[in-house]
Amino acid sequence: MNSLKRKLFFILVVTTGLIWIAATCWIYVGTTHEVENVLDSRLQEAARMVLSLASSNGIGSFQKDSDSSHAAEFLTYDRQLSCQIWSLDGRLVARSSGTPNESLSDNRTGFSERTIRGEKWRVFTAEDPTKNLRVLVGDRLGLRETFVADIMKGLLAPMFLAIPVLAFLIWASLNQGLRPLHALAADLRRRNADDLTPVETKGIPKEILPMVFSLNNLFERVREALRHERHITAFAAHELRTPLAGLRTQAQIAMTARDANIRDAALSQILFAVDRTTRLVRQLLTIARLDSGAAALLTELNVGEVVEEVVDTLPPPDRNTDVIVDPILHSTVVTANRDSLLLAIRNLHENAVRHMPRRGTIRWSSEATKDGTTVFVEDTGPGIPKEELALVTKRFFRGRNKSSLGSGLGLSIVDMAVRTSGARLRLLNREDTSGLRAEMIWDTRSAQRSSKAGPDKLSVVAEFF
Amino acid sequence: MRILVVEDDSVLADGLKVGLGLYGATLDVVATCTDGQAALATDEFDAVVLDLMLPDGSGLDLLTSLRAKGHRIPVLLLTALDEVSDRIKGLDAGADDYVGKPFDLDELAARVRAISRRQQGRASPYVSHNGVTLDVARLTASVDGTVISLSRREFAILSALMDRPGIVLSKSDLEARLYGWQEEIESNTVEVHVHKLRSKIGRSKIETLRGIGYRMRPASS
Repeated sequence: MNSLKRKLFFILVVTTGLIWIAATCWIYVGTTHEVENVLDSRLQEAARMVLSLASSNGIGSFQKDSDSSHAAEFLTYDRQLSCQIWSLDGRLVARSSGTPNESLSDNRTGFSERTIRGEKWRVFTAEDPTKNLRVLVGDRLGLRETFVADIMKGLLAPMFLAIPVLAFLIWASLNQGLRPLHALAADLRRRNADDLTPVETKGIPKEILPMVFSLNNLFERVREALRHERHITAFAAHELRTPLAGLRTQAQIAMTARDANIRDAALSQILFAVDRTTRLVRQLLTIARLDSGAAALLTELNVGEVVEEVVDTLPPPDRNTDVIVDPILHSTVVTANRDSLLLAIRNLHENAVRHMPRRGTIRWSSEATKDGTTVFVEDTGPGIPKEELALVTKRFFRGRNKSSLGSGLGLSIVDMAVRTSGARLRLLNREDTSGLRAEMIWDTRSAQRSSKAGPDKLSVVAEFF
Repeated sequence: MRILVVEDDSVLADGLKVGLGLYGATLDVVATCTDGQAALATDEFDAVVLDLMLPDGSGLDLLTSLRAKGHRIPVLLLTALDEVSDRIKGLDAGADDYVGKPFDLDELAARVRAISRRQQGRASPYVSHNGVTLDVARLTASVDGTVISLSRREFAILSALMDRPGIVLSKSDLEARLYGWQEEIESNTVEVHVHKLRSKIGRSKIETLRGIGYRMRPASS
């Protein structure tokens, strides 16, 4: 598990440990150096002292006491040190006890190191030619190392004791520091699935605050989406229940009516209602698909071909309606999603056909404006009352000039489909004659910005309540 | 019984008109709140079947304004919004009953009968006067225990007269009970139906007040 606490704990313990180790090395090096200095100067001092003593006592006395054990007694003031007194011509005059017979150093004067019988010695040699004496004072390097090691042991022992204590303290502080996170997690865990109220931001450390804000923001968006979803569902339910209620009523009439005319009328109403409900279900599915926001593949499309395709595949209007497809459309190319454009054009065309009076003209055309391309369809129907123009693209809105087949979804679908194609829909009543002009506008300036049907379309349903 | 239906769905509206018509009611159908308001202001109805989601607003607003004006007409809400909270809201706004879509036509007819019965201050489903008993649910009458079947029009006239016995109803009052707006009123229909009624339930039961109208003859005479 990727645990923040464990990670922090590990980092803190390792860095503390590393710092401690580095400090120990430093101390070790420093102590070693210092011990060497101190012991070296002691060697030096001792050698000079012996030399001066030897000179004041006279060589004779040393020579008399040349017995090794006796000489050793003479130099036992410091057991760590060994001392040899040689004459300059290479004769051992005296030595302290435990000191080897061999010369501790072959150097003339100053410091030197030599291995004698497996032991390393550090030796200072002092000479006095006037007295014909050479004094060698040395100590074993092994002793020095033991000395440094003892110091280090003294330092390290408390550290090893402190490590568990330190680890515990780090762990406890981490627990304390991470408590707001735990509280937040517990708060979230306690929630019901549908509880999307914002998380309390009071007392939240500022490091976690951005996360809590984002979380609350997400909650807000999810709540909004859920609300829209519910409204859509409620509306869809309503829109389906009403035709179903009609169907049921008509079916009951057909079953109970003894009059053949009433029964036939009821049956034809049933047929009509089934067709209308089928259409409504298809439209609801279309909306669900457009809502799901599947990425639309935009391609260059010849509008003329798409319009021709729609006009050809739809059954010709049974009224005396002329459909004109302006040739200019065949030289009009827009960037759009083919399916969405087909959907939009089919719905607009069906809409025009449905609202047409007994005789009329539907004209598809386009014009190039300085900002882009406008593809439009004009009919000679009743148009849309001015106050309803802004409402007709909203779902389930059925205006005053509604047709009996209308579900109130057609223009809403057109609006969504047109957006998916990167254009926008504009509806206006014709000024020259009665009728509606529906424009699909591709702005070249805003063409780079991909405009898609977003969830904002959902909000329209809410306004019905 | 004359009922106003406020419903914007054409198939359902037609179904209610025909379906409730089979139960002896005369139906008028409007599709918007505005038209509903106008109809209630100009005509008399025994009950209103009201849809909630209408093109020009909520049926609930229509109901609220009706009740605010002191209109006592029985209102049955007929709507696809049939969550418990919606029902409560509807009933508290002054509705007498609430039916969710889809519904059973027989049940709806029975509920409409029930609310209009209460409106007339009756609890029994039968209306009795001077030996004539009307079975509103079965569209039949019985005179001294003998069941007589009536046509829709005959039943409508008889029930109109028996709703408030003793009150005189003019010919045009009775015509209003028989015909909706769209129906062509045939002249002499009322006279013809009253004549047929008399031959079925007995000549003396319905009294003609020349130049004024008809009423049920009081029991004492």
